Amino acid sequence: MTTNVAASFQYHAPSSVEEACRLLAKYKGGAKLLAGGHSLLPLVKLRLATPEALIDLSRIKGLSYVKAGRKGLAIGAMTTYYDIESSDVVKKAAPVLADAAAQVADTQVRNAGTLGGSLAHSDPAGDLPAVVLALGAELEVHTARGSRTISVDNFFRDLLTTALRPNEVLTEIRIPPLPARTGTAYVKLANKASHYAVVGVAAVVTLDKAGVCAAARVAVTGAGPHAVRAKRTERILIGKKLSALVIRRAAERAGAEIGDGFNSDIHASAEYRAAMTIVFAERALTEAVGRV
Amino acid sequence: MPIQTQITVTVNGTRHTNPVEPRLLLAHYLREVLNLTGTHIGCDTSSCGACTVLLNGKAVKSCTVLAVQADGGNVTTVEGLAKDGKYHAVQQGFWDKHGLQCGFCTPGMMITAVQILERNPNPTEAEIRRGLRGNLCRCTGYHNIVEAVKAAAAASRAGGRKR
Ligand SMILES: Cc1cc2nc3c(=O)[nH]c(=O)nc-3n(C[C@H](O)[C@H](O)[C@H](O)COP(=O)(O)OP(=O)(O)OC[C@H]3O[C@@H](n4cnc5c(N)ncnc54)[C@H](O)[C@@H]3O)c2cc1C
Ligand code: FES
Ligand code: FES
Repeated sequence: MTTNVAASFQYHAPSSVEEACRLLAKYKGGAKLLAGGHSLLPLVKLRLATPEALIDLSRIKGLSYVKAGRKGLAIGAMTTYYDIESSDVVKKAAPVLADAAAQVADTQVRNAGTLGGSLAHSDPAGDLPAVVLALGAELEVHTARGSRTISVDNFFRDLLTTALRPNEVLTEIRIPPLPARTGTAYVKLANKASHYAVVGVAAVVTLDKAGVCAAARVAVTGAGPHAVRAKRTERILIGKKLSALVIRRAAERAGAEIGDGFNSDIHASAEYRAAMTIVFAERALTEAVGRV
Repeated sequence: MPIQTQITVTVNGTRHTNPVEPRLLLAHYLREVLNLTGTHIGCDTSSCGACTVLLNGKAVKSCTVLAVQADGGNVTTVEGLAKDGKYHAVQQGFWDKHGLQCGFCTPGMMITAVQILERNPNPTEAEIRRGLRGNLCRCTGYHNIVEAVKAAAAASRAGGRKR
């Protein structure tokens, strides 16, 4: 065979989260959960990952849903990008999430890839980590023994590394309701081939009745090892009327948290990413404010 | 002993039951176990879309899906598009508009086009190009592919040959 062949692995298709957790525990870190497979399978095919077993979450009923309630949106971890971008509920409650999901890759990848997989993988160039950070989501995770909730602010830790423990399954992403007079946007410099974010910025901005910025959450992906909040940018915005000049000044600090950790690869140098972080932060903020 | 498991997949309306290794890709299952070689493998790195098939009604890159993930499911490949000796509107569109040169990308292009039209029977040119973003063609420059999808959309809307 001339094509890439994965090393052998066991395959399990549990029908409940509990069973998936038990299997994870049984393999003691040697197994990988399989969601949409569109980050994991390419790695397995190239033998960059050689799990002993894959535990397929797709046969578990009730992990793919979008629900809206008074506490906001609840989205099942196995909900695909396509289901998110085409959901009227998401478009109404968190339009930036639908918009960002529609910007991921292509038709086929969006049919397969899941919100939970995207967050759990924490690809440095993934789109939705930034959006979920800007929306201030909470993530529910399960083990064989119980569950816990992680704030998205504490979730992304490093390159391809999150707060998830090896025995945990991410089950639900909860997005609080957007306050009145809130505008949102996600814009990215897309890699021309894959559409991954060379740099992507998500902004959620709330103004008070006088037009003064009451709250702002801004997050950057693509630039550094993992998606981060641009807290310095947020601080500059809050308490001010958001003129073009204020937005520009705030955007200039959007790379501050990344410091000297900008990625450099065949797609873009660290210097270029730093420059684009400012440009795309300015665009995201301008769009978000325009939508308030 | 290689790890093996049994899967049952309905491909183009026919049920198949086969023992497979979990690591077998759906693309290889279709081509090498079922001998359905219409599904092409171009890049084998999830990029080119030549391997696109419909799995439970959704266009996916079959080089990035395991055969075991299709267990119990329904697959449509390019071989399943024509019905009763009549081309699918998308196939007819590619024929009429000369939507191919070497033809390597064509099965994947047509399957993705079927998905685009199922979701949006009257797409704009921009929507067609956006929908085909995951399908690469090294020959045509895409112009006639887009014309082919437009023609298929028009024919389907006019109640022409529909699947
Ligand atoms: C050609 C191509 C282009 C792409 N372009 C983009 C793009 O433009 N933007 C973008 O953001 N992404 C892009 N991607 C990546 C794609 O979005 C992936 O689908 C996504 O990163 C992972 O989601 P998945 O459901 O496929 O997860 P999988 O690949 O199945 O899993 C990824 C990792 O997360 C773990 N995991 C999955 N689900 C859970 C869970 N519920 N709990 C705990 N751990 C879990 C797995 O064990 C694995 O380690 C692209 C991928 C391809 C192949
Ligand atoms: S062969 Fe599957 S995407 Fe190229
Ligand atoms: S016709 Fe040759 S690759 Fe598209």
